[in-house]
Amino acid sequence: MNEREDVILSARGLRKEYGSGESLVRAVDEVELEVARGETLAVMGPSGCGKSTLLHLLGGLDRPTGGELWLNGRRIDELSERASAQLRRHEVGFVFQAYHLMDELTAQENVELPALLAGRTPRASRRRAEELLEQVGLADRAQHLPSALSGGQRQRVAIARALANEPQLVLADEPTGNLDSAATLEVLRLFETLHATGLTLLVVTHDERIAATANRLISMRDGAFVDETRLTGGTMGTLADLAGLGS
Amino acid sequence: MGRLLLIARLAVKDVRQNPAEAVMLLVAIVAATTTLTVALALRGVTNAPYEATRAATAGPDVVAAVQQGLRLPPELTALEHAPGVVDSSGPYLMATPNLVVDGHSDPVIAEGRDPSDASVDQPKLTAGHWVIKGGVVVERSLAELLNLKVGDRVGLDALVGGGNGPGGGPGPGGGPLHAVGPSFTVVGIAVTAALQPPPLSEDAHPSGFPEAGLVWVTRSAASQLAAATGGGLGYTLNLKLADPSGASTFAAEHQRGGLFLISWQAIAAKDGLVVSIERAILLTGSTLLGLLALASVALLVGGRMEQQTRRVGLLKAVGATPALVTGVLLAEQLVLALVAAAAGLVIGWLAAPLLTNPGASLVGAPGAPTLDLATIGIVIGVAAAVAVVATIVPAVRASRTSTVSALVDAARAPRRARWTIALSARLPVPLLIGMRLAGRRRRRAVLSAATVAITVGSLIAMLMFREHANSLHTSGGLGGLYRFSGPGDPLWERGMDVLLVFTIALVLLALVNAILVTWATVQDARHASAIERALGASPEQVGWALVVAQLLPALPGAILGVPVGVGLYDAVGRHGSTLPSAPALLGVLVVTLLVVAMLTSIPARIGARTSVAVILQSELA
Repeated sequence: MNEREDVILSARGLRKEYGSGESLVRAVDEVELEVARGETLAVMGPSGCGKSTLLHLLGGLDRPTGGELWLNGRRIDELSERASAQLRRHEVGFVFQAYHLMDELTAQENVELPALLAGRTPRASRRRAEELLEQVGLADRAQHLPSALSGGQRQRVAIARALANEPQLVLADEPTGNLDSAATLEVLRLFETLHATGLTLLVVTHDERIAATANRLISMRDGAFVDETRLTGGTMGTLADLAGLGS
Repeated sequence: MGRLLLIARLAVKDVRQNPAEAVMLLVAIVAATTTLTVALALRGVTNAPYEATRAATAGPDVVAAVQQGLRLPPELTALEHAPGVVDSSGPYLMATPNLVVDGHSDPVIAEGRDPSDASVDQPKLTAGHWVIKGGVVVERSLAELLNLKVGDRVGLDALVGGGNGPGGGPGPGGGPLHAVGPSFTVVGIAVTAALQPPPLSEDAHPSGFPEAGLVWVTRSAASQLAAATGGGLGYTLNLKLADPSGASTFAAEHQRGGLFLISWQAIAAKDGLVVSIERAILLTGSTLLGLLALASVALLVGGRMEQQTRRVGLLKAVGATPALVTGVLLAEQLVLALVAAAAGLVIGWLAAPLLTNPGASLVGAPGAPTLDLATIGIVIGVAAAVAVVATIVPAVRASRTSTVSALVDAARAPRRARWTIALSARLPVPLLIGMRLAGRRRRRAVLSAATVAITVGSLIAMLMFREHANSLHTSGGLGGLYRFSGPGDPLWERGMDVLLVFTIALVLLALVNAILVTWATVQDARHASAIERALGASPEQVGWALVVAQLLPALPGAILGVPVGVGLYDAVGRHGSTLPSAPALLGVLVVTLLVVAMLTSIPARIGARTSVAVILQSELA
């Protein structure tokens, strides 16, 4: 089945269920989704509405109960574990609310890890990590362990790590959930920069300020999409004002 | 009282929630305490069988002998009237014919005896009757070895021609051999507490072993056999002293050229050597098992502390003091250790007699092992100490963890191994992840390496015992010290039995430890592995990485096990080292590493099946 070329990610009737009978829970319920290349999409909803589960399904971290998932014109919901790993290695980058950095690795070692896992040479991986840390404004913190970094800095390291293998799609799960306002602004600016480079970004959040930075906003409730709004995006300045964070 | 009850209830509840861990802990401590019980129970049983035989046979205080010839030297008979001698029997002529049973021939000492009972060293009959014309009485361990019964026909032949020495067996010396001498009927089977002093005992056996089989015939039959072999081995005289405790001194004072004496203490020591070697093996083994048990408990407790962080937080959040938390964690391990100690005491007490069987050459039971209060106290104390030592540090650390940190289940930060991280960047993914995993927990890696070293060391020591025993058996006829401790070569056979039992216990414990190390590593690596999978590592790569993480400490541990094994063997064997063959050594190393890899791959595979999303979400829950 051919997908439209401008669509990087699509879902058809995507379902994720837990339990059975009376205890059946539909974490993701018949979701239909198309994400265009270079688009920034925000999925909003209250806690427990299935946002994170949806994100895990879209990135191949979890398997759907039903429906279809397509990435770059390739069906991915039936991939083997090994093929899913390949997909995560080369095509998708993840940013988690809890950062999920390796505690014993420095910022630079954390960022170069995906490149090493993808089989790049240590030198190339190191160079890429240095570039990315420069890009996220943490070149001077490259040799610091995560425990020596602030929450915002850790999240920027995690974003740099998500970009290590130049993925076409970055999936972010509550990326500012653990951050204060100043750190949230740091992350917002970074996302804006990434958006400008043409990267496709899908952010799951319950923070309206983050959602306001997207091209499109989808509201989710009880596992299903209930509303969709196309936004203008805007510059960092307007976004920051909108978000009430100041510039 | 209420506080103690609360601690007990919380501890019991946790044990019931984690039965598999409790069972592993029990196995570890039971293995150690059983071996320790057996080793301690062997104290004091060393001399008991010999003492019983000595009493039953009017055993001599000193055995004196002269070597060679039919002539009775006056210096031997003079001993009958030496100061301190109160009774004697003999002198008896000793011939060295070959005992022929079903075409198989082995040299024996044939002692010429009177039909009447002797006042000193009258062998105790366990079957049949005493010597008569045409009849032979066979020492019991020899009879067992050759499967002889009263009424059987045997030959006592002097094989002459090729062999030159007394009793020269078939083959050595070359030249034609021919048999002379009559056939005899086995009329009795008996035990004795006497032993020919060296070098007569060595000369009686062509392989140079210190003991030869013993039979008793009439004086006239012994004379005929001695004449047929070109002269007897010599004469023996059994002496009773007024002061048996001075037998060693008496023997030393009267030992001179051509006259050889051996005291009852020396004979008892030779017999006791069998048990003392077992004791050495068991004491060494129980020490090693104790160390392994300590490692097991440390691994279990360490692993459980990782899991129990949140439980500690909950306890503290509802008002538990650090002391109460420490008490609960200690109580769990202590209760299990005490149950295991009780089981170890019972099993060890039941097993000890099997290992101290005196053999066919002695009468009486070895004496019930002494399970006295001291033994019970030591075993329980060791078990409790193992549990406390392994638990106290993590328990105190857990109790001091901040309640908030504990409630969010903050894992203990892994150690940063800078060189490992740098070096592993150049390696394939499984090695990269595996090396980093191994470097995260150095103490666990050291424990793992030590466990493997002890296990491999014990296997190597057992192989060395076997090699040595095989070389002895292949070099000489009937074998060595069979006379005083049962058929075959009991010194080695018994040592091998004990070592085998100990090795099985040790391997069992090592397997438990390997599972525990793997389990702890898998638990600890859960989060890191999930991140790596989220970043693109495949489940296979993560699985292999866990195997690598286990093999990295196991490899140096296995190599270190070779000198450990040689040292262990030298410590308990004292019979010269016979290194196992290179293929056997390599086999032990390879099999050990394969077992470690196999044991790791199972939980690694199970872990790899768990959804990454579930693991990462659970870290947030």
